[in-house]
Amino acid sequence: MDIAPYLLLATLEGLVQASVLMLTALGLSLVFGVMRVVNVAHGEFYMLGAVGAWLCATLIPGHPAISFAVALIVAPLIVGLLAALADRAILQRINYNPEATIVSTIGISYIIQQLTLMTFGPDARAVDPPFYYNIRFPWFGYSSYKFFIIGVAVALVATLWLLMKHSKMGLLMRATQYDRETALNFGIPVGRVYSAVFAFGAMMAAVAGVLVVPNSQAHYLMGHDPLLMSFIVVIVGGLGSIPGTIAAAVLIGLSDGLLSVFFSPTLAKIASTLLVALVLVFKPQGLFGKAGRI
Amino acid sequence: MTIPNKKLFALCLVVLALLFMAQFVLSNYLVLALTRILILAIFAMGYNMLMGYTGLLSLGHAMFFAAGLYAAGLANYYGGVSLPIAFVIGILGGGVLAFVIGLLALRTQTVSFMIVTLMFAQVAYLLTLYFSNVTGGDQGLTLPTASRSFSLFGLAVDLTSPMVRFNIALTLFAVVLIGLFAVTQGPLGRLFVAVRENINRTEMLGFDTYRIRLLAFTISGAISGLAGALYGLMFGFIGSSFAEFRSSIEVLLFTLVGGPGTLLGPLVGTGVMTMLIDRLSGMTSAYLIVVGVLLIVINLWFPKGILGTIRDRWVPWLK
Repeated sequence: MDIAPYLLLATLEGLVQASVLMLTALGLSLVFGVMRVVNVAHGEFYMLGAVGAWLCATLIPGHPAISFAVALIVAPLIVGLLAALADRAILQRINYNPEATIVSTIGISYIIQQLTLMTFGPDARAVDPPFYYNIRFPWFGYSSYKFFIIGVAVALVATLWLLMKHSKMGLLMRATQYDRETALNFGIPVGRVYSAVFAFGAMMAAVAGVLVVPNSQAHYLMGHDPLLMSFIVVIVGGLGSIPGTIAAAVLIGLSDGLLSVFFSPTLAKIASTLLVALVLVFKPQGLFGKAGRI
Repeated sequence: MTIPNKKLFALCLVVLALLFMAQFVLSNYLVLALTRILILAIFAMGYNMLMGYTGLLSLGHAMFFAAGLYAAGLANYYGGVSLPIAFVIGILGGGVLAFVIGLLALRTQTVSFMIVTLMFAQVAYLLTLYFSNVTGGDQGLTLPTASRSFSLFGLAVDLTSPMVRFNIALTLFAVVLIGLFAVTQGPLGRLFVAVRENINRTEMLGFDTYRIRLLAFTISGAISGLAGALYGLMFGFIGSSFAEFRSSIEVLLFTLVGGPGTLLGPLVGTGVMTMLIDRLSGMTSAYLIVVGVLLIVINLWFPKGILGTIRDRWVPWLK
């Protein structure tokens, strides 16, 4: 048996997973970086993106590409709005106390999850990909849609990077992250920046959810794994550091892909979870860089 | 020996007496429900000692409950160990695991600590699934019929009788309650509270806070293991669902509802919440939504819980 095709397949799967993970984890990292809080409901925003894509696919007739394009814009907007509301109604009132925020976002995550169960139902539902085209490799055919996921993820991350570095909004975010009190003194509306950041982070998760759904399925519990994986990526990459998060997403996505192909997926998850716990204990600033510690 | 906080001690005795009387009044179904509440309240008391008194919020206590459950259950299932010894093995299982995890996790604080405990608990849960040929995984294991009864000091005990189960649970609940009364109302308890209120100042006064926290963590884990072992052996079933993240959240919720840092709070919280969840899960499969709403509401408006609010308003000795 030749090992090369397996290796290629595992690498491709790993890259697809890494790009989805990169989007989800960057959302989590952004929220932590600027607001210093951990959002446990992040996985539910991802799930809502996926369910939104399914909803668009059922409501909008015609070619799947049309409903997919609509979902890619509408679902994140609605999720972002929801997140901003949650920030205003709950997080702002507990003053972003780190521990209370975790407990509250666990509550938010249960509410979103169970409301989805009550409306969307307990079944997993599939969505047609916007286009079918198989790229032929010598050993196997590979869906071009998966390459599309990688492309969109890279483009979005590049956009985020440019926004953070060169836009007014990015400047406000970085100022708030750097020193909240001073930013407030200079007239930056820190409260509104927080809401925007929380919404923006949730939107990134929702985009990832929309992207992933033609490849897997929408299900009300699907947010659990991406949440844990994003935790892992964000912690290994150094909390709040964008380049660290990107590097860690690629590393962990790839290694998870490889380990899952050659060993059991549960074992892969055990290994990476344990790695994270130990990184947090012994090297809380993350494996790359020197971003803030929790 | 003088007893500190005599009023609270008297209240504990009254509560225990009322619980004992309850078995003569309540229907069989309610006695069974109360048995479950007592065991889960032991778990919540163990959690409360760490979270309420020492101020360490762990998101992974299901792993200690499960450690007790599996240590006791597997020793009985595979080793054929008699129930009382399996029970002691369960307590040790929870305590030893807590000591080892505590050594690592206590190097971190606040949010890091929450995530580290969550991650370790997730590893423990995945391990129970990974070794499902031993643990039975999701399906779990049912203990053999021979393990439904045992004799202790010549006394035959039949675990299929609801009254026997209730009285065993009540006895152990009483032991843990009085034990925790001694710990939390005495000098050691004051140290725990000192760590919660101001860890740096406690350090400055010459106490080794790492050791204090490790002690609290280990006791808390051992009590959680005790509750797990009791649950598994009494109902004759062990399964990985007890190790899920949801169990960690439930014990946190029980403590938050009852009042963190109050001795009887966990009993109140567990009672209220299990009755509520039982009622709701009969009506809808989405009963967890109530858990979610309560987590937020308590956090926003009642961060001190039921007994904590009563203590602050009217009864200062209720701690």
